Amino acid sequence: MSAVVDNHGHAAHDEHGGGYHGGIMRWITTTNHKDIGTLYLWFSFIMFLMGGVMALVIRTELFSPGLQWVNPDFFNQMTTMHGLIMVFGAIMPAFVGFANWQIPLMIGAPDMAFARMNNWSFWILPFAGSLLILSFFVPGGAPGVGWTMYAPLTVQMGMGMDLTIFAVHLLGMSSIMGSINIITTILNMRAPGMTLMRMPLFVWTWLITAYLLVAAMPVLAGAVTMTLTDRHFGTTFFNAAGGGDPVLYQHIFWFFGHPEVYIIALPAFGVVSQVIPAFSRKPLFGYASMVYATSAIAILSFIVWAHHMYTVGMPVTAQLFFMYATTIIAVPTGVKVFNWVATMWKGSLTFETPMLFAIGFLFLFTLGGFTGLVLSLVAVDVQLHDTYYVVAHFHYVMVAGALFSAFAGVYFWLPKWTGRMYDETLGKIHFWLTMIFFNMIFFVQHFLGLAGMPRRIPDYPLMFETWNKISSIGAWGFGLSQVFFLYIVLKAIRSGEKAPEKPWEGADSLEWTHLPTPVPHHTWETPPVLK
Amino acid sequence: MLAVLAAAFSGLAMGLEWNLQPAASPIAADIHGLHEYVMILVTVIFIGVFGFMFWACYAHRKSKGHQAEQFHENTTVEIIWTVIPALILIVIAWPATSVLIAQRDTSQPDLTIKVTGYQWKWGYDYIKGEGEGISFVSKLTTPRDQIENKAPKGENYLLEVDNEMVVPIGKKVRVLTTAADVIHAWWIPAFGAKQDAMPGIIRDLHFKANKTGVFRGQCTELCGKEHGFMPIVVKVVSQDEYAKWVGDRKKAIAAAADDPAKQYTLDELKGRGEKVYAANCVACHQASGKGTPPMFPPLDGSKVVTGPKEGQMDIVVNGKPGTAMQPFGKQLNDVEIAAVLTFTRNNWGNKTGDLVQPAEVKAARK
Repeated sequence: MSAVVDNHGHAAHDEHGGGYHGGIMRWITTTNHKDIGTLYLWFSFIMFLMGGVMALVIRTELFSPGLQWVNPDFFNQMTTMHGLIMVFGAIMPAFVGFANWQIPLMIGAPDMAFARMNNWSFWILPFAGSLLILSFFVPGGAPGVGWTMYAPLTVQMGMGMDLTIFAVHLLGMSSIMGSINIITTILNMRAPGMTLMRMPLFVWTWLITAYLLVAAMPVLAGAVTMTLTDRHFGTTFFNAAGGGDPVLYQHIFWFFGHPEVYIIALPAFGVVSQVIPAFSRKPLFGYASMVYATSAIAILSFIVWAHHMYTVGMPVTAQLFFMYATTIIAVPTGVKVFNWVATMWKGSLTFETPMLFAIGFLFLFTLGGFTGLVLSLVAVDVQLHDTYYVVAHFHYVMVAGALFSAFAGVYFWLPKWTGRMYDETLGKIHFWLTMIFFNMIFFVQHFLGLAGMPRRIPDYPLMFETWNKISSIGAWGFGLSQVFFLYIVLKAIRSGEKAPEKPWEGADSLEWTHLPTPVPHHTWETPPVLK
Repeated sequence: MLAVLAAAFSGLAMGLEWNLQPAASPIAADIHGLHEYVMILVTVIFIGVFGFMFWACYAHRKSKGHQAEQFHENTTVEIIWTVIPALILIVIAWPATSVLIAQRDTSQPDLTIKVTGYQWKWGYDYIKGEGEGISFVSKLTTPRDQIENKAPKGENYLLEVDNEMVVPIGKKVRVLTTAADVIHAWWIPAFGAKQDAMPGIIRDLHFKANKTGVFRGQCTELCGKEHGFMPIVVKVVSQDEYAKWVGDRKKAIAAAADDPAKQYTLDELKGRGEKVYAANCVACHQASGKGTPPMFPPLDGSKVVTGPKEGQMDIVVNGKPGTAMQPFGKQLNDVEIAAVLTFTRNNWGNKTGDLVQPAEVKAARK
């Protein structure tokens, strides 16, 4: 930072409480980690609603057998875009938003290490999101290939596929820049005395996640670039007729795709690891083993990718390797679950909304973990691969895992960020609605998958009708519950009661113990010293 | 919810819709056994772990005046709950490995059938064993009216085909899978047999049916817009019935052979062409001939269709790479191709008056 910026900077801070600009320009030019965190969170929520509308189109079509509302082509576009938008537009940016807000606060750093790059990391996202949405309006529409974009179906798609590929490139750039920023911030900007093994677990999970992102995102970029050249420049990476191999795409994609699962799950573990101790009024049980378990999960995530591909016809020895490697992940994951339960054991528990979502996470994520164990067994997976059982399984991990944890995080930190409390009663109602409707949608899908309903079909045989009806009704309830969440948050920001200095008795990380509520626009201009 | 979980997943509950379909092969039965074994294990663990959690939620509440203890690690406990799950995994891995090895053993089959996935139908070629030489294409027969809700749906809605794959009971059937265009997946749940069918690659699976009857499945790899409409139906019959089916099938093939040297009239070809069109072309190009552009172009008024015969013939016979237009030369005989060409050139607004004779197609193939 040059002296010039410092001289101008201080006067401006005092006038506007931040940056050089007011209004919209404040948000476009901001380099403040809190502003950028807010931008990430709002962006992810908007994308969450868009992806949610697509999910409702899917579930509405599946309410009854026969084609009622959309044609099969558009249905495929919906499943594809729902997946891409939820994974890359909603869940990942949401946790980057938490990282931006919380990491500097929790480690005693004044801001992220590369503040300007941070601005760019965010502002790439709206362009990537626009490309995805734009693909609906070009000839041929959005790609109808599934979010996994398997070759060679991708070669048959219209230019919507190209827009999607470029969007994935942009999203990857954004993620990589964000990760480098997070790694650098955590490794270089901790306050004196904040040793690695004293960091809040949320910071640890993000440090590990950031490494996963840096390793995995370029692989995805490579896969979609090969798809692009196969489409337009006569290469045959994935075409056996030209010496390529369609299975190669799947290997590359899932080499990214499995770490991606943990890119989403680990920060969720981090949030839950902050929330559960706070409401148990008891330190996290097994902090060191949590760090080791998280690292173990991250490393294992790179050697299990082909468990997504048990039906491509790998040699049986390869299947055995991937089966054993996959089941081993159950050990560190189990350690984490046991640690969370042990944290609650003999605590002094209260059940405010963040804690409810954290317990909901723990319960349902474990259920999703067990169905994952079932799916890891090749012989059983052959039966369940590409059925609704898999859809149920990964929504337990992605929604009940990541989304529940994100809700827990929002309710937990909203008072700190805004200085206002949400309405506790409404928050609890939101939790119970979300919990009930979530299970209504996805629990029954286990039965559909067992009974043999393939995924990604717009119409189905009559024997699947009952469960589909229940699932669709649940989907509408779930969707409306999230609009209710928007109302709760807006109500809190506009007219919520003023939050007490420390609303959560058991919260003990730096932002709760050393900073006022709401946090000022600039924090830790003088780093705290931890003894 | 736990009760539902336990009952539904451990195989105690009744009926098709709660659990895996009834097994009709030894491997499928093994898969059921493995699934139930694992579900019982995980259900017990689940109840145990969350029993602790809910007990804490009940007994260690602040509102009951419970004071928090401040312990935060215990090496012995942590080692125990790392080692025990690892041991449980070994207990699971043992049967999982043996079922998998049996499932993948495709050696010494009695009958070998090649299955080819097309957008959006299945081709079957009996290539070794009794019935060698039989070859047919199997397509959905559910009427469009049922799909579009204009007629009541039949019992086997979306699970019925014109030509079922027929196999004898108790014989080891090896299925080779491949595809002509994109990746499909061949699956019969009751046999515990699923394998991706990939273009340019041959993979295999096997099953040995131990019940007679009709078994139904669906394509399980997203393969484009009609992915949900390409079912798989296998009919398992006794050895005698199978021998009879093979005999009938071979006679029918001989009788139905078209004579490509014959000169056909315009009406003959149009009539035949309409049937070929309805079976092979209508999914993409639509009955109206308008297609769904730009992915599936219209034929009505198309420059290719109303242009020189040779151009259209080339696309129909050889396909168009990078699109869903596949090389129909491999699936249709000369008479069928000639008929569908004649039909499209003289239907809707297309009034070329052209008549394409099978002999022309035969000549063009060379």
